[in-house]
Amino acid sequence: MQNKKERLQAFFMVLPSILAVAIFIYGFIGWTVRVSFTSWKGMIPDYTWVGLQNYINLLTNDPRFQVDVRNTLLFTIPFVFGTLIIGLISALLLDQGLKGETFFRSLFLFPMAISYIVTGVAWRWLMNPATGARMSGLNLLFSKIGLDFLNSSYTATPEWGMAYIAIPAIWQLSGYCMALYLAGLRAIPDEIREAARVDGANEFQIFRTIILPLLRPVTLSALIILGHMSLKTFDLIIAIAGKSYALDMPSIYMWNTTFDGHVYGVGAAISILLLISVAILIIPYLIYSLRKEAQL
Amino acid sequence: MTRSRARYLSYIPLVLLSFFYLLPIYVMVLTGLKSLDEVSIKTMWDFPRQLSMANFAVAFDELRPYLWNSIKLVIPSSILSSILGSLNGYVLAKWKFKGADIVFPLILFGMFIPYQSILIPLVDFMHKINLYGGIPGLMLVHIIYGIPITTLTFRNYYASIPNELVEAAKIDGAGMFNIYRNILLPISIPSFVVVLIWQFTQAWNDFLFSVVLTSSRNWTVTVGLNNLAGGQIIAWNVQMAASFIAALPTLLVYIFLGKYFIRGMMAGSLKG
Repeated sequence: MQNKKERLQAFFMVLPSILAVAIFIYGFIGWTVRVSFTSWKGMIPDYTWVGLQNYINLLTNDPRFQVDVRNTLLFTIPFVFGTLIIGLISALLLDQGLKGETFFRSLFLFPMAISYIVTGVAWRWLMNPATGARMSGLNLLFSKIGLDFLNSSYTATPEWGMAYIAIPAIWQLSGYCMALYLAGLRAIPDEIREAARVDGANEFQIFRTIILPLLRPVTLSALIILGHMSLKTFDLIIAIAGKSYALDMPSIYMWNTTFDGHVYGVGAAISILLLISVAILIIPYLIYSLRKEAQL
Repeated sequence: MTRSRARYLSYIPLVLLSFFYLLPIYVMVLTGLKSLDEVSIKTMWDFPRQLSMANFAVAFDELRPYLWNSIKLVIPSSILSSILGSLNGYVLAKWKFKGADIVFPLILFGMFIPYQSILIPLVDFMHKINLYGGIPGLMLVHIIYGIPITTLTFRNYYASIPNELVEAAKIDGAGMFNIYRNILLPISIPSFVVVLIWQFTQAWNDFLFSVVLTSSRNWTVTVGLNNLAGGQIIAWNVQMAASFIAALPTLLVYIFLGKYFIRGMMAGSLKG
């Protein structure tokens, strides 16, 4: 029995936030969409309508954007799978109730608290591709301990350089993935495992036929969260590579075009393509999560 | 007995993974502690012959203005964010208005968008309201784009509080705001800690908003660090020390309040 006045008060209490979100998120997205349909170039706003021209150019006729799409895949695949696998393995190792579990768990998670810029600066030195007398970083370490075969030219590798950005990204996020998996594992009742053991299943069979299928929702969430992060990657690449063409991503292209080149129409179109790709992953996930919550 | 042996064997991959996670920190600290004449890229992995704080001192001097800017930004913005999130969460959990079920997911989506898609209007808008270039403008931006995550965290927490508590207070004649202030606010301190440190970490680590919206005088620590590390002037040992200094505040928060940090992180994946 809520009285009318109080309900109104409650509504007015959230109204500023609703308006802020409406303007700063949806209004601004709409504005960006509008800019993306124009040929605005230069410091003075120019809303000459060009329709979908910017999008068509980017998708069919722009070599740099094509490199970006390729780079996004080249980075996303090793990053997402590396993070999932390391996260799952660490969660399984830590789920056995070992001594020191808390210590390892905290250690694996601390990179989440650090900025991508710090991560990037540190890993840029670790992944230094220099050879011979100027050799340093990981290559130097590998040489010292007799693991020379691991030496690599990292992000300077022709064609594949982009994939190496996945290493610091995995470093940063595998602990997060571990935390997701650990929460999932802890939610599986011990009785299920015990019952399977009684039936004579070995640990690997239990893992493959019971644990892994039960972890599927966690894997799906992690896949979506990591996938959308990977599309948005910006800071890490700036810190490792600056704005080099070989390690370009849509976010950096957008930056270049908009704030260095002042080609606002094209910059806006790149950012909207980025938004669409993120929305395709996130919207179904949001709907699914909220529905599941409503059922509880 | 194979299971207990397997348990011991588990320490091998765990220790290897620990090396992986510690590697960058090891290099940052070790390099930072070497004396200036001892720093050669060839001896990167060697222990310092004598400990020196020289690199940290130089790095701290370089970063000082940016650290100060970050502090000025992060403390008020995380406090204001938490208050706002708490009010929103309370209403969305206990005073659902018509359409609240549509508004909430629309707010949440804001947490996932690539901020590139709002940057062009944002820069324009900040110029128009005369908040471009400075810390107050950046603060406003962090508060606004923090609304989704702060609202979500508090809403989930308040939703877990039994409605009977609120109903009983209503029967006793307590008003909407008094119920919040006298009943829910006092028991939501843990959520405040979660949101405060989450927003602290987010704003401290943010790069994109700061680099777009502030003039060089008002750069925050991430932009300062990136600029320092991107140039040729600053020696790599100082860069390493500077990275460590820039990471230290959020690392300390993590070390001392890790439990709350992890809760914030899990809320971000909608896992409540």
